[in-house]
Amino acid sequence: MLASPMRDRSNSLPIVFQDVAYAAGRTPILSAISLVIAAGPPTLLLGPNGSGKTTFLRLAMGLLTPVAGRIVFASGAELARRRCAIVFQKPVMLRRSAARNVAFALKAAARAPEPATIERLLQAVGLASLAARPARRLSGGEQQRLALARALARDPDVLFLDEPTASLDPAATKSVEDIIVRTAERGVKIVMATHDLGQARRLAGDVVLLANGGIVEHAAAPAFFQAPATATTKRFLAGELIL
Amino acid sequence: MAMQLRQLIVLLLFSQLALLLPAGAEDKAIVVASTTSTQDSGLFNFILPMFKAKTGIDVRVIAQGTGQALDTGRRGDADVVFVHAKPQEEKFVADGFGVQRFAVMYNDFVLIGPKSDPAKIKGGNDVVAALQAISKSESPFVSRGDRSGTHAAELALWKQTSLDPASSKPAWYREIGQGMGAALNTAGAMGAYVLSDRGTWISFKNKADLDIVVQGDQRLFNQYGVILVSPAKHPNVKQDLGQAFIDWLVSGDGQEAIRAYKIDGQQLFFPNANKG
Amino acid sequence: MAVLDGMTALELIWSGDARLFQIVGLSLFVTLSATLLAATAGMPLGALLALSRFPGRHALIVLVNGAMGLPPVVVGLVVFLLLSRSGPLGELGILFTPQAMIIAQAILISPIIAALTRQVIEDLWAEYRDELTAMHVAGAQRVATLLWDARFSLITTLLAGFGRAAAEVGAVMIVGGNIDGFTRVMTTTIALETSKGNLPLAIGLGFVLIAVILAVNALAWAARGWSERHAG
Repeated sequence: MLASPMRDRSNSLPIVFQDVAYAAGRTPILSAISLVIAAGPPTLLLGPNGSGKTTFLRLAMGLLTPVAGRIVFASGAELARRRCAIVFQKPVMLRRSAARNVAFALKAAARAPEPATIERLLQAVGLASLAARPARRLSGGEQQRLALARALARDPDVLFLDEPTASLDPAATKSVEDIIVRTAERGVKIVMATHDLGQARRLAGDVVLLANGGIVEHAAAPAFFQAPATATTKRFLAGELIL
Repeated sequence: MAMQLRQLIVLLLFSQLALLLPAGAEDKAIVVASTTSTQDSGLFNFILPMFKAKTGIDVRVIAQGTGQALDTGRRGDADVVFVHAKPQEEKFVADGFGVQRFAVMYNDFVLIGPKSDPAKIKGGNDVVAALQAISKSESPFVSRGDRSGTHAAELALWKQTSLDPASSKPAWYREIGQGMGAALNTAGAMGAYVLSDRGTWISFKNKADLDIVVQGDQRLFNQYGVILVSPAKHPNVKQDLGQAFIDWLVSGDGQEAIRAYKIDGQQLFFPNANKG
Repeated sequence: MAVLDGMTALELIWSGDARLFQIVGLSLFVTLSATLLAATAGMPLGALLALSRFPGRHALIVLVNGAMGLPPVVVGLVVFLLLSRSGPLGELGILFTPQAMIIAQAILISPIIAALTRQVIEDLWAEYRDELTAMHVAGAQRVATLLWDARFSLITTLLAGFGRAAAEVGAVMIVGGNIDGFTRVMTTTIALETSKGNLPLAIGLGFVLIAVILAVNALAWAARGWSERHAG
């Protein structure tokens, strides 16, 4: 098993955003973000490009510091963030084999880089046969899956994903989505940014719509897609550009 | 793999420590500060293997100008000095840096000049008159200008002409601050006169159109002396090994070895221990 | 003709002249050792300069960059004064030995290795920052990861340092003393033969020196290629 399904994840969740704002220099990116990320099925972040999805994820991971507001974890930020992992939109492969990338991630998470563990992680993402291949020579989809394996090596309570299938073909997209679903079923909280409505429909437990640096709507998936509360959401679902 | 890498790094670090420890700090070797002209003559390559065969002592020769060689002795970076500038050597001993000076051998200087001979001195045997002629005709003259024994001899000869180009620095007097070979190269390139020791001249391979113009003058006589650096001033001096070298140089064996050294069939150095 | 004169040196190689081989061997020993020493000091320093922020960092970077241009003869002189019996480290007794030469050359090329490493690591950090921070990799582990992943660029850095050391004559001449059979290396031999007027031999030896340096570079490049294919 990659993660203990019975493990108590209450140390990391919920993650509470309290009126968080972020600006790059003088350019505001996010403002007045108040949100609770709770345990349960995947939370999908939807929104057009530039709406602040990536910034939101990086704030949650602690890679950025809010210029206003706070992000509160159940057990304290430092401890909780070590139980989180992130897969970036363009993951960076270390200059070594796929297996050694996973071993590196295990060691960084203070877990023993045992061959059996490495193999299980690679198998879970379908890369077992490419274990010895230099990671930089994997295809885009394979690199994305390796990044997932690295993230899962941390045995995280929360897994953040930033548009992981944005540049993948449908077959690769399917295999990545399958891994995500299996991971969610094991009890890992998924917080995933996407601009693919179909993906959101397929995976979401609840949906957060971001536009122009603010939260437009946050609702459970059925409600969001069938009975959206705001006009902006309706226009977004209808395929219009949100300016 | 990571384990091997770590082991490799540790090995590299330790090997560097080993690299820095002086190998054979205690082996039988001495450092002798001598002059570039003696080194360039090839004498050491000839006689030192004989000394090593007899005593097992390695002689490491640092070849510098006489002034620099004596300074090396003063600093204690050499065990023995072996140069050819008697007044400076005697001062070295008098100042307490050396134990005692022993005469070893002599060679002679020759005045070299271009075939065109602008000062018209070729074939003479009066070096002082020749220098006066060079000055009068303002013919180019190359000086080593490097506080070497040869440089000191050159200055002593100018003194006897009552001229002092080293101070007045006329345009025809060119100081280069380098060794004998470089001075000869420069003289050849410039068509200038230059004072050289015979040994370097004979083995010099780039003679161009230079040749000996004046030789045989008693004042061109060049005496060599050897001195043990004082252990009182520098306790690190290898006294016994250094003294063994000096003893050998002035002994029958050493003197014979010096006499036997020839280039193109010509003897360069004339042993005269106990006489100079 | 210089090329024809260089034949003298080639004849020496062909006949397996023992002294020539000894000189080449010593040159490689001194310079490779110095490169190793400089890498041990310079690479971590370069990485730290790239990754740390502290007051005076910019001044230190300018200093290290400037030190790339240290005149070899000045470095030699300073090391000489330190190692002389009359100097502070005279007790070590390593003046006029190959060890002194290794130290002087290592001091000479450490700035090159540090400065180039800093640039390489800085560029790599820009790429790796998010991933390593997200994985909570910090401190010595971060430095080690970046140095290892930059290993191919760092080989070029090492070759730059090696080249500078192999080519210099000022430092090794002063601290080594150019002692025949003990501290005489290629560059000091060429200087000596030039000053003796043996220009043909000097040029020939010059070609030999260049060939040796090229051979080292070729080996390093081949090693890099092999390594890239296996672990790229």
